[in-house]
Amino acid sequence: MNTALDTTQQTNLEPSYIIPNPPPLEVHDLTVAYHRKPVLWDIDFVVPEGVLIGIVGPNGAGKSTLLKSAMGLVPPASGWVKCYGEPISKQRQKIGYVPQRESVDWDFPTDVLDVVLMGVYGRLGWFRRPAKRDREYAMGCLKQVGMADFANRQISQLSGGQQQRVFLARALAQNSTVYFMDEPFAGVDVATEKAIITLLKTLKSQGKTVFVVHHDLQTVNDYFDWVLMINMRLITIGPTEQVFTEDNLRKTYGGRLNIISELADAVSLNQPHGTEQQ
Amino acid sequence: MNFLTDINAQWVLAGCVLLGICSGILSSFAMLRKRSLLGDALAHSALPGVCIAYLIVGERSIPAFMLGALAAGMLGAFCIQFITRNSRIKEDAALGLVLSVFFAVGIVLLTYILNSSGGNKAGLKTFIFGQAASMVGRDVYIMASCAIIVIVFSLLLYKEMKLLCFDVGFADSLGYSSTWLDAMLNILIVLIVVIGLQAVGVVLMVAMLITPAAAARYWTNRLNRMTLISALFGGLSGALGVYLSALAPRMPTGPWIVLSATLMFILSLLFAPARGLVAKGLRIWSLRSRVARENALRSLYEWSERKKGWDDWAPLEEIASMRSQPPVQALRNLRGLKSNQLVEEKNGAFRLTKSGQDQAYQVTRNHRLWEMYLMYEEEFDADHVDRDADFIEHFLTPETVNELERLLDSHGLNLKQPPTAHPIATA
Repeated sequence: MNTALDTTQQTNLEPSYIIPNPPPLEVHDLTVAYHRKPVLWDIDFVVPEGVLIGIVGPNGAGKSTLLKSAMGLVPPASGWVKCYGEPISKQRQKIGYVPQRESVDWDFPTDVLDVVLMGVYGRLGWFRRPAKRDREYAMGCLKQVGMADFANRQISQLSGGQQQRVFLARALAQNSTVYFMDEPFAGVDVATEKAIITLLKTLKSQGKTVFVVHHDLQTVNDYFDWVLMINMRLITIGPTEQVFTEDNLRKTYGGRLNIISELADAVSLNQPHGTEQQ
Repeated sequence: MNFLTDINAQWVLAGCVLLGICSGILSSFAMLRKRSLLGDALAHSALPGVCIAYLIVGERSIPAFMLGALAAGMLGAFCIQFITRNSRIKEDAALGLVLSVFFAVGIVLLTYILNSSGGNKAGLKTFIFGQAASMVGRDVYIMASCAIIVIVFSLLLYKEMKLLCFDVGFADSLGYSSTWLDAMLNILIVLIVVIGLQAVGVVLMVAMLITPAAAARYWTNRLNRMTLISALFGGLSGALGVYLSALAPRMPTGPWIVLSATLMFILSLLFAPARGLVAKGLRIWSLRSRVARENALRSLYEWSERKKGWDDWAPLEEIASMRSQPPVQALRNLRGLKSNQLVEEKNGAFRLTKSGQDQAYQVTRNHRLWEMYLMYEEEFDADHVDRDADFIEHFLTPETVNELERLLDSHGLNLKQPPTAHPIATA
C-alpha cells in the first residue's frame, strides 16, 4: 500500500489506513434476520483504529440493525463479530453505545447526572453502587459536553440537543475504545451539531474508533474519514474520498428519484477536494 | 367493631400492609419498564396454575400454589411472546388473548375443584376477589418473607433495574442482560401475585401493580423516592382497604384495597405539588394574571412615554384601547396593580407610582429586548440563549443584552424614561 509503485493511486496526501491486527472491529459474513426476514446479508468488513466512520443508507437499509448486531444486541443468523480479536461478549467494556435519542422515555424519574452515571455502570459490575469518585468522573464528562450546569436537572426538561449531549456524556463516561452512535445528529440545533463533531474529533485523536449512523449526505465529506454504505448488503466501505462517489450512492439508494438529485449535490460537494485535483 | 383489638384481624392487617408494600415497590419498576399489563396477564394466568397445583397436591399449600402460578405465568408470558413473534398480532392483542384464555381455564378448574368433594378448599374460592379474613398467621409469615425478598432484591439490583427501565439497549450493551433482569422482575411479580391472591384476588391484583406507582410518580422526579412513596401508598391502601372491608360482614377485601389505592391516586393527581392538576391550574392562573398586569403596566408606560408626561393621568378608555381590551378587563388589571401600590387612580384615570414606574420600565425594556431578539434571532448563537428560563430577562446572556440594547438605540426604540431620573423621584 505504501510502496512507491502506488503513485498512480495516491495522487493526494490522504492518509493511508493500516488495519491493525487484531482490528478494533471485524465483521465476518454477518447475516441478521427479523421474523425470518433477512435484514442484513453477508456483511464483511474490518476497520482501522482512530477513524470516524459514517454509516449511510436509505431507511430500512439495516443501519441500526448493523450497529446492534455489531454490539451483540441482536443475535446474528450467521457470521460473527470480533472486537480486538475477541468475541463481543468478552469486550463489553471496550464498547460504547449512544442509542437513538427517541429510544428512551425522557419523562423517566431521574436527573441528568444520574443518566451520565449509567456510563460507569459497566465498569462497576453487578450489585455495586456508584461511589463519589464515579459521580465526579461523570460530572467531568458532563463538563466536556458543556452541560455541567444541568447536572441536577430533571431529564424531561431538556431540549433535543441537550438530550443528545447527555447521551454523549454518558458514552464518554464509558471510556470505551470503539463507539457506536445511532443518529447522534438527528434533530439537534447547529450549536449541538458543532459540539458533537468537536467531541467526535477528540475521540478520534485519542485513537478511538467511532461508528456513526448518519443521514445528512451533505456533511459526510466534512465529518467522516471513512464511510460505510449499506442497503441490506454492504455496498462499500473505505476512506470517504475514495468510496463516497455518485456511483456508490446510486447503488446504495437505488432508483429513488427524489434522492438522486440530493446525491448529485452531495457528490458535487465532493469534487473540489476529490478526484478533480488530478 | 372491635377490629383493631382482634388478634386475627391484626394478622390480616399486617398481611395486607406487607402485600401493599411489596406491590408498591414492584409496581414502580413494572410501570417504568412499561410492563404493567404483563402483571395483569401474569395475575390472570396464575389462576389455572394455582388450581392445577391444588389438584396435584390435594390441599391448600402456598409454596405449591406459588410454583403452579409461576409455571402458568411463565407459560402465559411465553405464549404472548410466541404469538407476537410468529403472527401479525401485536403485543396488546396477544396479551388480552392469553389473559382471557388462561383466566377462563382457571375458572373452569376452580369450579370443578369447588364442586368436587373432599379436601381442604379453604381460601380457594376467594381467589377471584380476595378475602383477607381467610388469612391465618402462617400466610402472614410467607407474606413477610416475600416482602423481605422483594426489598432485598430492589436494594441489590436497584442500579440494574434503573438501567433496564430507562434504556434496555444500553443495559444490554453494558452486559446487563435484559432477558435475565426481566425474568427476575417477572418472577417477583408472580410471587407477589400469588401472595396477593388471597387478599386482593386475581382480577384486581393488577391494580396493585399499577396504581401505587402511578400515584407516586406525581410526587417526585427521583426513582429512589418514587419507589419509597409507592411502597408507602401500597402499604396504606392495604391497611385502609382491610379496615373498610371489615365494616360490613363478608365483604371482599380486594375491591376495597384497590379503591383505597385509587383514592390515593386521585389525591395525588389533584394535589401533588408540581405535577398535580391544582398546582398546574394555579400556575397557569398566576402566570396569566401576571402577564395581564405586566401588559397593563407597559400600556401605562407607553402612554406616558408618548405624552412625555409622567405625572399625567391616563383615562381608562385610552389604556383599554391600546390593548384592544374591553374597559372592564383593563380596569380589573389596573385595580390589581393599584392594590400593589404600582398605580394610582383618580376619577377613572390612572398613572404609575414611583415603584410602578420602576417596574413598568423593566417590563417594557424586557418586551422591547425580546422583540429585538426575535427580529435578529438568527444572528445570535443558539447556545447564548437559555430557552428554559421562563422570564424574558433571563433568556439572554449579558453580551446578548448589550448587543440588543445597541440595536434598540439604532431603531429609536430605546426607553425614554430610565427609572432613576423620573420626575417623582427628583421632586
